[in-house]
Order: sequence, then structure tokens, then C-alpha cells
Amino acid sequence: MNRTLKGRVFKTTIVAAAVMGVVGVAQARDQIRIVGSSTVYPFASYVTEEFGAVTDYPTPVIESTGSGGGIRLFCNGVGEGTPDISNASRRIKASEVERCEENGVTDVTEVKIGSDGIVFAQSSANEALDLTLEQLFLAVAAKVPVDGELVDNPYEKWSDIDASLPDREISIYGPPSTSGTRDAFEELVMEAASEEFEEYGDEAYTEIRSDGVYIDAGENDNLIVQRLSEDTKAFGIFGYSFLVENPDALVAASIEGVEAEPEAISAGDYPIARSLFFYVKNQHAEEVPPLYDYVEMFVSEEMIGELGYLADIGLIPLPEEEREATRQKVEERTRLQVSDLD
Amino acid sequence: MSQSFDAISAQLRKRHRRSARLKWTSMGALGLAGLFLVLFFADMLSKGLPAFQQAYMQVELEYSEEASRMGRAAMDPEVARLVSRTFERVIPRMIRNDPDLLGTSETRWVLANSQVDQYLKGHASKLRDNERAVVDELAEEGRVALRFNTTFFSRGDSKMAESSGILAAAVGTVMTMLVTLAISFPIGVMTAVYLEEFAPDNRLTQLIEININNLAAIPSILFGLLGLAIFINFFGVPRSSPLVGGMTLALMTLPVIIIATRTALRSVPDSIRHAAFGVGCSRWQVVRDHVLPLAMPGIMTGSIIGLAQAMGETAPLIIVGMVAFIPDVSASFTQAATVLPAQIFTWAGEPERAFVEKTAGGILVLLAILIFLNASAVILRKKFERRW
Repeated sequence: MNRTLKGRVFKTTIVAAAVMGVVGVAQARDQIRIVGSSTVYPFASYVTEEFGAVTDYPTPVIESTGSGGGIRLFCNGVGEGTPDISNASRRIKASEVERCEENGVTDVTEVKIGSDGIVFAQSSANEALDLTLEQLFLAVAAKVPVDGELVDNPYEKWSDIDASLPDREISIYGPPSTSGTRDAFEELVMEAASEEFEEYGDEAYTEIRSDGVYIDAGENDNLIVQRLSEDTKAFGIFGYSFLVENPDALVAASIEGVEAEPEAISAGDYPIARSLFFYVKNQHAEEVPPLYDYVEMFVSEEMIGELGYLADIGLIPLPEEEREATRQKVEERTRLQVSDLD
Repeated sequence: MSQSFDAISAQLRKRHRRSARLKWTSMGALGLAGLFLVLFFADMLSKGLPAFQQAYMQVELEYSEEASRMGRAAMDPEVARLVSRTFERVIPRMIRNDPDLLGTSETRWVLANSQVDQYLKGHASKLRDNERAVVDELAEEGRVALRFNTTFFSRGDSKMAESSGILAAAVGTVMTMLVTLAISFPIGVMTAVYLEEFAPDNRLTQLIEININNLAAIPSILFGLLGLAIFINFFGVPRSSPLVGGMTLALMTLPVIIIATRTALRSVPDSIRHAAFGVGCSRWQVVRDHVLPLAMPGIMTGSIIGLAQAMGETAPLIIVGMVAFIPDVSASFTQAATVLPAQIFTWAGEPERAFVEKTAGGILVLLAILIFLNASAVILRKKFERRW
């Protein structure tokens, strides 16, 4: 009996040692690791899947962490546990590049892949609507100027803001403050419009009202889409790709007279549009052999071109010269400098 | 006298009315809970059952020189637009791996794309009118049909709704749960045995007990943060792997198993221990040969329930990176993997409509597994339970 006990202890020790051993062994890094924006995620995961299917490399792992979270992980350092690529729905900030450099991530290439429009949409049961940025701002801001003074937003109906707008209650489903879409909305709508009003002084005003008119609908844009088909008087704020998938149920308001259409967004005419990027850690290029094969596949005409696969799922292609410029950068593995950022 | 009799019978009637009211309200509560459950199941079933069917179509394939470069060229262009890209893009690879194919042709059933699938199921579809006409014609000839969706059970996630499946997530769940069980079961049971059978009842053990009960009630996301800080950042366990996920969930399951085991040990009557001591058994023998075997059904039940709870968990796994896009079935404990609830979460966020049924289908599979686990916990208890 004593012997069997010893045998058991021995076996347990071996199993434990094996588990520890697996942990210690260095990973074969044929697998690219990607983190970052949830807006870029659908496009990037399309490319990773394609990459896994047509090459002999394993499918890259891609995590949707948000742009800021992704860049933070990306800039944690070089080697093993750190990601090779970070997707972003905004440009990297100078402060983030500095942090990257402090941690030894000194050779990064910036790749611009396309644009995304943020739409202000409603159920297609309603009539088409055109809004200016100021009207949109007045509907969502926490404090608005009335007779030269800032007061809590008094507008309850669209017609209160401007008599030409419909006599309909204001009700807006939008992304929460952790979302990149919200960041972009604050920057492109709130900041831009608040500059037009003297009352806010020099500072950009980005506070969104919290009296129940603006309803925080969570990170899942599908929820907003579903709510809009039930709550026909409401509007929703979300990415263009969700509009493309629901052409029968939703209609977007035109902003400043410009419809949310691919050409207008790509050309920069549609005012609530942003560029999408990813950042490549060149220091990993040797250690992770498939890295640039993936990047080249991503920037190929087949993917990001006007008739590319990503356009089918809602990516708005860049104009042709810009696509060429992107491919040029990838070819040369251009290093991103802090001075490039404004 | 008669007055007090009246008073008593009035009071009796009042008390009977009260218990009748209690009975009806509690039945009402049960009915309401049942109604919610029925609504939930009906919704899930109506949305999820179509996920187990998928559109396939019969196409003629010509493995020409051109097809070895661009898969689409192997098919009639009118039909090629209706076929899933997951099939079309592997044609060049098929020819490369088997050069004899070149120059031959064949007719076979292949996966249709999700728009065809949604159209056949009567949902909204982005097919154009001329494409709809082609599908209608093919359907009449019996060359496009809904069949049982084997892909759903044999593949991992995909951006193409028609070829996305739950296998990768299911394998990830199994691996994660193995790690969780391998860590939390022995540690949990041993801790409980020590606390129940060996430890003196003093301030220190009381403090430990309070903390264990406390841990069982902590929001699970905190365990995720702990896992990130200790396992990934300090010990360097690979991110997104079933190993780190399992270790994190083990932290969460541990208190559940400890508490269940302690209850099970406590329900073993002292007379058994006394009898064993009386014939000269050591403490070790008492625990191993008498107390533990008798407590085992209770311990198993508690562990299975703890495991089922861990299986439905997503919050801590987001933090350790297991909510990711994983098309390949992972082959080792250190490779990136995802789990069933995480897969459902990922699908729920997809813009494409065809993923709605995949989401509900995934929920049905997860529910089936959970029902199986919980039922086996009940059966184990019923079968082996002893009463004294």
C-alpha cells in the first residue's frame, strides 16, 4: 500500500512538472498576434481568416481590445508576449509613440487602410432628414447656449432646435464613453460644432447630456440597430458597416447636406468620417516570419481596393493615390516618427 | 363560550385564507418564472433552430489552368457569385496539393454563401433580383437545398457566416475546463479536508473561513484582473491560452468546491469517525477510507455545479484575452483558444444578419451542455446519496 502511494505521488509530480514545462517552453511564433480597435476588427479578422486559409501559416490571433487598449499592449515592449500589430480607429498619439519608444518599441510602420463613417440613422419608417453639425450638437450636448448663456439642455423636440425639423421627441441611442466611435463622435461633431459658439470660449466642449435623451446603448452596435427598428422615433449613432448590413431597416440622416455614402466618406466630404489604421512592429519581422506576408495581403487591391472584399463588408476604400502611398510605406517599412504626428 | 367559539372559528378562517393566499402567490411566482423560461426558450429555439440547417448547392467544377490561380474561374460566373468564398478560395490550394485534378471536371455539392442561405430561409437577404431568379431556378431543379449544417459542428469561427461553427470554441471550453478541474478539484478538496478534519477551531481558521465565503461572492471580473496580473504578467503564461483561462477560472471555482466539500464532510456522522478511531485507524485512514468516500457524492455535485458556473463565464476571460477571433481548433494548452460563451459574445457583435441565428444556435448548444452537466449532478446525488 505504501508503494502505491509513493507511485501516486511520483505520478502527480511528473504531471505537475509537465504542465510547468509546457509553460516554460518558448512558443514557436508562426502565429501573428493582433490587438486593437473594435471598428477595425471585422476587417482585420476577415483578412486573418483569408490568410489562414490560403497560406500554410496558422491563422493570426486577433483580439478586440479597443484602439487605446490595443496601443497600450502594443507599446508594452518587444518580444514574445507582446502583440505584433495593433489596429486603431484613430491615429496613434504622440504621447503613445513616446511611451512605445521608452519601452524599446522604436521601429513601427503606420498603415492606413481605409475610412469609416459614423452614421446618425433612424428607422426607415421615417422620412429622410438633413441635419447640420450644430443641430446635432444642440441635440446631444449637456449644456447649450441660450441667449448668450450656457444652460442645461432644454430641447425636448427636434422642432425646438429649429422649426424646420420634425415635431418629434429627441431620443438618441449611442455608444458608451469607452468606445472609439464615441471618441470620434465627440471629436468630429462636438468639438467641431462647439467652436462655432462663442459661449464655450476657447475650449472644445464634449460633454453629452445625461437627462435620458441620450441613451448609452453599450458597445454592441447590433443592439442599437435592433432598438431602432422597434423605437421608430429614435436615432442611433454607429459605424457605417452596420448601416450597410441593414439597408431595409435603417436610413441615415444626411449631415450638412451630404449623404453617408462611400464616395462622400472616402473623399472627406461627409463630415463625420475617420481613417482606420494599423501599426506594425518591425522589430518582430524576423522573429515572426509571416508578419509582412499578412500586411501585404491586407493592403492588396483584392482586399482594400474599390472592388475588394473588405468594401463588401463596409470598409470605405481610400482614394487610389492614398492606397498606392500605403503600399509604398509597407514596401519600404517606413518608420513612424513623432514628428509625423502633426 | 359561544362567543369565544365564534371568535376562534373566525380566526381559523382567517388563518386558512392566509395560507391559501400564500399558496396562490407562491404558485404565481413559480408560474411567472416558468413563463419567462418558456419565453426565453421559445425565442432561442425560433431564432436558433435555423442555424442547424445550411444552404448547399450543386455546382459543376472545371479545374482549369485559370482556376489554379483564381478559384472563382472553376465555376460558371452566374453560380460562382452564390457559392461561399470559403470554398472558392481553397480551389487553387486543392489543385496545388493534387496536380492530377488539373484539366478534370466534376459535379459536387458545395456550401452556398450566407445571402443564398438567408434567402432560402425567408430572411432579409442582399441578393439582387437576377440572383434571386437564379436561386429560384436552381431550387426548382433541386440543385440548391437546405441540409443539416455539419459545418456548424466541424469548424471554428469565420467571418463568412455560412462556414462559421462552434467546434473551436467547444474544444477550447473542454481544454479550459480540464485545466480548471485539474487545479481547483484537488486543491479545493484538500483545503476542505484540512479545515474540516484537522484544523483547530481558532481565530485564524475562522478568518480563513470568512475569506473563503467572501471569495465565492466576488464578481468574477476581479479574478480576470488577478489572472492578468499574476499568471500573464508575472509568470508569463501565454495570453489567450486555455491554460491561463483555466487557471483564472480555477480561482473562481475554488471557493465553490471548498464550501461544497465542507458541507459534504460535515454531513458524514461523527459516529463513523468514532467507530473507525475505535478500531485503531489513524486520522489519515479515517479520512481516506471512510469520510471521503461517503462525502464523495456531495463533493462531486458541488464540483460539477462549480464547473458549470465557470463554463458560462465570459467576464474574466475577456481580461485574459480569450475573447478573440479563433478560426482554427487549438491543439495545445498554450495556443490561443476561445470558449463557448465568448464565441456567442463575438457573434452577437457581428454586423451581418446571418450571425443572429448562429448566436442563438450557439446559445442552444451551450444550454444543452449545461443542462446535461446539471442533470448529471442531480443524478449522481440521487444515486449515491446516503442518509443517516
